[in-house]
Amino acid sequence: MKTNPVERLINGILKENPTFVLMLGMCPTLAVTTSATNGAGMGLTTTAVLMFSNMIISILRNFIPDRVRIPGYIVVIASLVTLVQFSLQAYLPALNDALGLYIPLIVVNCIILGRAESFASKNGPIISFFDGVGMGLGFTVALTILGGFRELLGAGTLFGMTVMPAAFQPISIFILAPGAFFVLSCLVAIQNKIKNRK
Amino acid sequence: MIGNLIVIMISSALVSNVVLSQFLGLCPFLGVSKKVETAAGMGAAVIFVITIASLVASLIYKFVLSPLDLAYLQTIVFILVIAALVQFVEMFLKKSMPALYESLGVFLPLITTNCAVLGVALNNVQYGYGIIESVVNGFATAVGFTISIVILAGIRENLEFNDIPESFQGMPIVLVSAGLMAIAFFGFSGVI
Repeated sequence: MKTNPVERLINGILKENPTFVLMLGMCPTLAVTTSATNGAGMGLTTTAVLMFSNMIISILRNFIPDRVRIPGYIVVIASLVTLVQFSLQAYLPALNDALGLYIPLIVVNCIILGRAESFASKNGPIISFFDGVGMGLGFTVALTILGGFRELLGAGTLFGMTVMPAAFQPISIFILAPGAFFVLSCLVAIQNKIKNRK
Repeated sequence: MIGNLIVIMISSALVSNVVLSQFLGLCPFLGVSKKVETAAGMGAAVIFVITIASLVASLIYKFVLSPLDLAYLQTIVFILVIAALVQFVEMFLKKSMPALYESLGVFLPLITTNCAVLGVALNNVQYGYGIIESVVNGFATAVGFTISIVILAGIRENLEFNDIPESFQGMPIVLVSAGLMAIAFFGFSGVI
C-alpha cells in the first residue's frame, strides 16, 4: 500500500502533522519554542533521530521478539539520541546549550515511539526512512511556526533579526512559560475553526 | 544540610514547577486531568515512580556509571530503569489496589514516556545532587506535578458548565487554563 516516498513526506508534513493533528510530543513543543531558531533546531534534531530510528527499527522488525519490542525500540532510540547529543556538543555547542535537557528527552518523545510502533514495525526500511523524514519535517514546521509567533510577540525579532518597528514594545510573557500555552491554544483554536467550517 | 533540602523542596515543587515552567510531563497533565480523583491517582502514581526512580538512578550513577566512566550511557540506562520500575508499579497496583489500577488505565504504562521521570533523573546528575538530595528533589518535583494536575482537574470540572466559544472547546481552553495557572505560579518566584 503506502509505498510512495513523496506521499509519505506530504502525509507527515500536512495530513498527519504530529503536533497540530495528532497532538503528540507536547513537552519539547512548548519548552524549546522560545525562538524560531530554537524551534527549528529542535525539530531538525528530532528529524535526524526519527528517520534513523524508523529505518533501524524497520530493518530489525523481524528479529526483535514481539513481547520485548518496546524496550528494544527504546534502546535503539536512546542510542541514537546519545549519538546526536554528542554530535551537537561537538559541532553546534550553542544549539546544544539552548536546548539543554530537552535533547536527551527526545528519547521519551511520543512521536518517535509512536511511529516505530505504528509504521516502522510494519513497513520496509526505505519507506520507513521517508516516513521518519516526513514526520520530522512536520514537527519542525510546527515548532518553527510556534517559535516564530512567540519570538515575534515576545522579543520583536524573527530568527534573531529585528522585524518589528522600533515603537513595538515586546510582550515578554510570550517567551516565558505562560505564553507557550496561550500561543498553542490559539493555534489549535484557529485549526478547530477551519475544521468546523468544512 | 536540612536547610538546603528545604530550599530544593520548595524550588522544585513550586518555584520551578515541573509542568508549568519546565513543560515536563505535559501528556498526562493534559490527558488525565478531566476528573479530580483520576488526577490525584495519577499524581500518586507519579510521586511513587519518580521518588523511587530518582533513588535508583542516582545509586546507579554513583556506584556503576561514574566509577566505570560510562556516564555517556546515562540516557539509555535511566530509561530502562524507569521502564522496569513502571512495570513493577503496574503489577503492584493491579494486585493491591485494583480500583485505582482500573481508573488509571492506559496512563500507567505511559508514565514510562512521562518526560518528568527521565527529566528529574537527568537533572539530578546535571546539578550534581547526592543521593539524599536526588530523592528529595524527585519527591518534591512529583508533588509539584500532583499539585498542578489536581488544580487543573478542578478547573476543568467547573469549565464543563461554562459557555465556551466553539473553536476553543476541548484542548484550547485547557491550554488557556494551564497558561493562567503558569502566570499564577510566577508568584512563587519571589519565595526563594
